[in-house]
Amino acid sequence: MASPLIRCFSKVGRQVSRPWSVCQHGLRNRSTQPDMSAEQAAALGVTYPPLQTYSEEEGMMRDAVNKFAQERLAPFVSKMDENSLMDPEVIKSLFEQGLMGIEIDPEYGGTGSTFFSSILVIEELAKVDASVAVLCDIQNTLINTLFTKLGTAAQKERYLSRLSTDMVGSFCLSEAESGSDAFSLKTRADKHGDYYVINGSKMWISNAEQAGVFLVMANVDPSAGHRGITCFIVDRDTEGLQIGKKENKLGLRASSTCPLNLDNIKVPEKNVLGQIGHGYKYAIGMLNEGRIGIAAQMLGLAQGCFDQAVPYTRQRVQFGKRIFDFQAMQHQIAHVATQIEAARLLTYNAARLKEAGRPFIKEACMAKYFTSEVATLTTSKCIEWMGGVGFTKDYPVEKYYRDCKIGTIYEGTTNIQLSTMAKFIDKEYDH
Amino acid sequence: MSRVLVGVKRVIDYAVKIRVKPDHSGVVTDGVKHSMNPFCEIAVEEAVKLKEKKFIKEVVAVSCGPTQVTETIRTALAMGCDRGIHVEVSGKDYEAMGPLQIAKIFAALAKKEEASLVILGKQAIDDDCNQTGQMTAALLDWPQGTFASEVTIDGEKVKVVREIDGGLETIKISMPAVLTADLRLNTPRYATLPNIMKAKKKKIANMKPADLGVDMVSRVEVLRVDEPPTRLAGVKVETVDDLVAKLKANGTI
Repeated sequence: MASPLIRCFSKVGRQVSRPWSVCQHGLRNRSTQPDMSAEQAAALGVTYPPLQTYSEEEGMMRDAVNKFAQERLAPFVSKMDENSLMDPEVIKSLFEQGLMGIEIDPEYGGTGSTFFSSILVIEELAKVDASVAVLCDIQNTLINTLFTKLGTAAQKERYLSRLSTDMVGSFCLSEAESGSDAFSLKTRADKHGDYYVINGSKMWISNAEQAGVFLVMANVDPSAGHRGITCFIVDRDTEGLQIGKKENKLGLRASSTCPLNLDNIKVPEKNVLGQIGHGYKYAIGMLNEGRIGIAAQMLGLAQGCFDQAVPYTRQRVQFGKRIFDFQAMQHQIAHVATQIEAARLLTYNAARLKEAGRPFIKEACMAKYFTSEVATLTTSKCIEWMGGVGFTKDYPVEKYYRDCKIGTIYEGTTNIQLSTMAKFIDKEYDH
Repeated sequence: MSRVLVGVKRVIDYAVKIRVKPDHSGVVTDGVKHSMNPFCEIAVEEAVKLKEKKFIKEVVAVSCGPTQVTETIRTALAMGCDRGIHVEVSGKDYEAMGPLQIAKIFAALAKKEEASLVILGKQAIDDDCNQTGQMTAALLDWPQGTFASEVTIDGEKVKVVREIDGGLETIKISMPAVLTADLRLNTPRYATLPNIMKAKKKKIANMKPADLGVDMVSRVEVLRVDEPPTRLAGVKVETVDDLVAKLKANGTI
């Protein structure tokens, strides 16, 4: 085998003294099983292939994104986290690779692939950087889906081709006084002839620094309660739209999270997405799908962190043997690996259920809840396994530890997920 | 100037730890991750670049082997090749397949497809032979530009900058010709997701070596495969005299 001539090795060789690079190169091709594609399974007469079976297209996409993330994105991660800033190069390359319009029709410049492909893409990106993964996730599972499902021909024409090629989108639901209690939002939209005047403020808006378009949930008729909530398309350059200073966060620092101020902004009637007063339905619907995307993000995060820590345990020698060889370590590592596998199966199954048009909400909640818990466990353990060095910023695991915490909080807190699941379980026992 | 043939080989992925089979007949390939030979990726990139610069009209990706090699051809299609040819070789023939058989296949295809250029990787990372390109050129009686680190088309000729032991050598050869890609020729592009989707619609033709009049009989027999001896720790010495004494003691000088 001619080893030193391969370009990845030559890149690593130059930086072998920097721990980040030594750890990073091992992330490629970590799968122990070569994939069997759905087509191969069918040819072998396997009627019910395991969950980790991908179509040839999905497999190729996953490998392409894996390679791209490990080689092109990895060098930016540490700096973006430190400066709390997403590098424009990174965003540009996401668009160039077609990762921002995975399900958008090629007619609008998108990739024209499936929901499951998006999930695989988000997982692979999250193995390298959860912030980049969340940018991609919001774009694909929230923004693009809303436009595709609800957009008029004119709206699709105007926005979908931009969303797949160069424009980031933002989803604005939460406010300072309404997080989990989303539908008590106070932002108002008053009708004046053929336009609306929107007043209010939004909080915790991801992608806000980079977004060119904002999907703002505002209430046109507070007396109707949540049945007045409507979705408005607001362009970034709309007068009166102020994007506040971004939050200084514990984790997911490269992802911009800003408050938004809407000061008498005028939005034409044709910028209503879907129907008046149906916004709450759209929000719930999209967040059910977005849940699976977040599950994929947490899954990738956990796997990426695990893939960094285990090689260390195989190299580090204490008391004359590898620390991996101590039974206590082996049991902990095996336990975490099992949890990640279970999280993966929940996530993939929820995604396949959705694609099959079958009920998936309970399973999506389970996936999001479980993977965020698994991510917390995994990252915490990985730091312990790496000991002192795991605690330093020279090694990547502490970033995964900080990034995982948001998983139990955003896009529906763990408590909300559990309550939603309980509602479904309750109904299941109705006779 | 119409058509370029690019050879792509499916090899064990470079990052995999290789293990020798217990019977020492070869290395373990079952259940092991495979991907496109890195030098073949560079060859594909060069061919696609030539097409983008409008020097050639069509890039055809060719691979020889069992059904699994179609994945490798699809990757080449996703990088920008127009169509693929899968030469089916399996079982004993596949295990015994070497540069001579491949060269014969490529020579036959180059004539059949009326190719102006055949671009191959300089060597494969599994056997390190570095022979296929040279043999193909000899069988076709075409000029060859091997270890190419820069390729420029100049009318009916190709200027090739070659990496050789002494440095760089620039040659000008007429087409049709065979080129082999070295590491620094280019940086292969990532297959973008839209291109992967488009690759699904591109055609891969199937054929057998017999269709091309090629006999796959190997003149080489592998007797035994062993791992390299385990590297032992070195010995540190304090002075130059110690070093000389040690080298004399173990018979090196």
